[in-house]
Amino acid sequence: MSQETHEQIDAVTGVSTTGHSWDEIQELNNPLPRWWLWSFYATIVWAIAYCIAYPAWPLVSSYTKGVLDWHSREAIVQDLDALKAQRAGTTAKLAHASLEEIRQDPELFAFARAQGKAAFGDNCAGCHGAGGAGAKGYPNLNDDDWLWGGSLTDVEKTIRFGARSTSDKGHQGTMPAFGRDGMLKRQELAHTADYVRSLSGLPAEKGADLAAGAKVFAENCAACHGDKGQGNKELGAPNLSDKIWLFGSDKATIMESLWNGRGGVMPAWSERLDDTTVKALTLYVNSLGGRPEALRTRNGHSAVGNERPAGNCRPLALTQIKEGPQSSS
Amino acid sequence: MAHTATTPKGMTFGEAGCSLVFVAMAFLSIIIAAKAYTPEYAFHAYLYAAAFGVAAFKIVDRYYDRPNDLPPLTINGKPNYNMGPVKFATIAAVVWGIAGFTIGLLIALQLAFPALNFDTAWLSFGRMRPLHTSAVIFAFGGNVLIATSFYVVQRTCRARLVGDLAPWFVVLGYNFFIVIAGTGYLLGITQGKEYAEPEWYADLWLTVVWVTYFLVFLGTVMRRKEPHIYVANWFYLAFILTIAVLHLGNSATIPVSIFSPKSYIVWAGVQDAMVQWWYGHNAVGFFLTAGFLAIMYYFIPKRAERPVYSYRLSIIHFWALIFMYIWAGPHHLHYTALPDWAQTLGMTFSIMLWMPSWGGMINGLMTLSGAWDKLRTDPVLRLMVVSVAFYGMATFEGPLMSVKAVNSLSHYTDWTIGHVHSGALGWVAYISFGAIYCLAPWLWNKKELYSLKAVSWHFWISTLGIVLYISAMWVAGILQGLMWRAYTSLGFLE
Repeated sequence: MSQETHEQIDAVTGVSTTGHSWDEIQELNNPLPRWWLWSFYATIVWAIAYCIAYPAWPLVSSYTKGVLDWHSREAIVQDLDALKAQRAGTTAKLAHASLEEIRQDPELFAFARAQGKAAFGDNCAGCHGAGGAGAKGYPNLNDDDWLWGGSLTDVEKTIRFGARSTSDKGHQGTMPAFGRDGMLKRQELAHTADYVRSLSGLPAEKGADLAAGAKVFAENCAACHGDKGQGNKELGAPNLSDKIWLFGSDKATIMESLWNGRGGVMPAWSERLDDTTVKALTLYVNSLGGRPEALRTRNGHSAVGNERPAGNCRPLALTQIKEGPQSSS
Repeated sequence: MAHTATTPKGMTFGEAGCSLVFVAMAFLSIIIAAKAYTPEYAFHAYLYAAAFGVAAFKIVDRYYDRPNDLPPLTINGKPNYNMGPVKFATIAAVVWGIAGFTIGLLIALQLAFPALNFDTAWLSFGRMRPLHTSAVIFAFGGNVLIATSFYVVQRTCRARLVGDLAPWFVVLGYNFFIVIAGTGYLLGITQGKEYAEPEWYADLWLTVVWVTYFLVFLGTVMRRKEPHIYVANWFYLAFILTIAVLHLGNSATIPVSIFSPKSYIVWAGVQDAMVQWWYGHNAVGFFLTAGFLAIMYYFIPKRAERPVYSYRLSIIHFWALIFMYIWAGPHHLHYTALPDWAQTLGMTFSIMLWMPSWGGMINGLMTLSGAWDKLRTDPVLRLMVVSVAFYGMATFEGPLMSVKAVNSLSHYTDWTIGHVHSGALGWVAYISFGAIYCLAPWLWNKKELYSLKAVSWHFWISTLGIVLYISAMWVAGILQGLMWRAYTSLGFLE
């Protein structure tokens, strides 16, 4: 039954076939192309040479190290050292100057912000966003509404020790769970939520009892948030009258804040970052949040200090916030 | 000898055994559905129950309709080929192909217009992307491989497929796996392993199907009437066997409970990553390369009506390819926690793979010597030849990208995605289109395709598209890589 045919000469190429035939498919008996074979040998020789030069073969408890004694960890350390050496002079200046001195020195300030921006991308962007625009529960760093204060020293303290963090020196103070812990009834909280919305001029719902809400607010909330809801940076109690909302301005979200309380955590970065990096981050983050000189040049009006720390100004208009990270460029 | 006229009708062992097991599995599936931890898993359990129930019913129904004897192996001395499963898989390939390409278009659009996820988790990019990759690789490519392997092994062995129910079990069972995998992606059921996302209960089912596939294929080869085994069948066998090993190694998991879709991989840390890319790269090597080289070795000489260029080259490049591919996985983990020595092995074996890969390209292209003029008139042959050209390009680009210095630029960029598409679309899909265009008239006894002109349009439109796609991804990927490593004058990353 075999279909085995005898070797034939292919009429087109003049090459003989192997004599096999499968479903009428035959094979020519061409040799391996020389260039193909030599290229194959060349890649094998190259592979052997590479294995001799570099770490290659696993042994029982170690591996062949290679004659070049190359190691990817050492290579990275060398790269980082080269980078450190390049920055060494400026980094040393940064380490010894105070925050205010750095800000007065344009060259050093630019360096600090460049380092701060890189460090921000590595460490802060995960919560605060790549441009520092924040997210629900994570403050926007581009506006001028600072929970714990926006001066250089305030920002530095927040970065260094965090908020509600593992550090004893970190900011403390939490919003109680008024509903969950049974301090106030749901109806009282609903009135309070309506009142809190009214503080920043948001329209009240039908049937809202603002007077009742104001009473609850005065008795329970004003201690931290102030009589008029203007906030307290000592306690990290947000300003409720400035139309900037950390979690959201809709009634359901405010009810959630009142019922369960709030207490977002920021890590104490001094436990992970060196002093110079914290400084650079401080200057970078502070520069995001609307510095008077930046505003003056951009908008032509001066900063109004009021009770805000020096070096900061009014909340930016929404359109300005949307532009993302403010830089002096 | 009065008994020879008719044999009394009786259920075969397979018919009786399968229908009993399927009924039992249908009941088990219903129990699991009732006690399932999540509604998504209950939905899958009901799908299993329905599939097992219908399968058992069809087996019994077919038993009452069929003649007393099973189909003969030969009729008048000629092999009695079993082409039903081949036809089914061919149609399934076309259907899944259209679905997979459409989802690819959707996710590409989502990158530009995120609103196209319509704010539903089901259509989000994270679920659609693996749906796309699996639909084109396993649903489209897998059905092409099953269809062509069952066709080619019969024709080149001059033997009917082994088994009565088994070939149908492979084709239908595999497509049921695709349904479970695909709906699983939409529902958010995943074990989070690239190209192996389906969870443990889909993996177990695939294992049963795949072992049956292996036995049917091997049995048919052993039943052959030819003295030698054709090269296409070596490649098919290597593909089927290796995929089984890879699947078992990579998807080794421990389910939380039989009532839960969730399972935990037995590998941990960098070992898990290494097993993942040992699997992932060999899915490329054995599913997308060896399997489709088998298609090339049958359909190109058949369509060109020319002998294969070099028997010796086919032997050498087959064994070199099989031996070396299995080592190349670590090149997916350059500059990671994977030890340096493993990275070196992945890279050097990738470089050595260059010529074994090109051996296939040479054999495919040179088979046309004496028949190049057919490219002018036959768009089907043109599809397959351009496919081999893309294969050559992609298998040069692959070793290039595995070099650590190149990889440090190309890794994680769009260059990788462009490379995948030159391989998976340029090579795999084109050889599949060619094979389907050959198979359709052969299977349904037509003289030629409905319209060769339409094939020509298909060829030119898709070639233009794919060339633009790959070039755009080169430019984008290299730029991405350069931007990621750009430093400011002050020495900080830009």
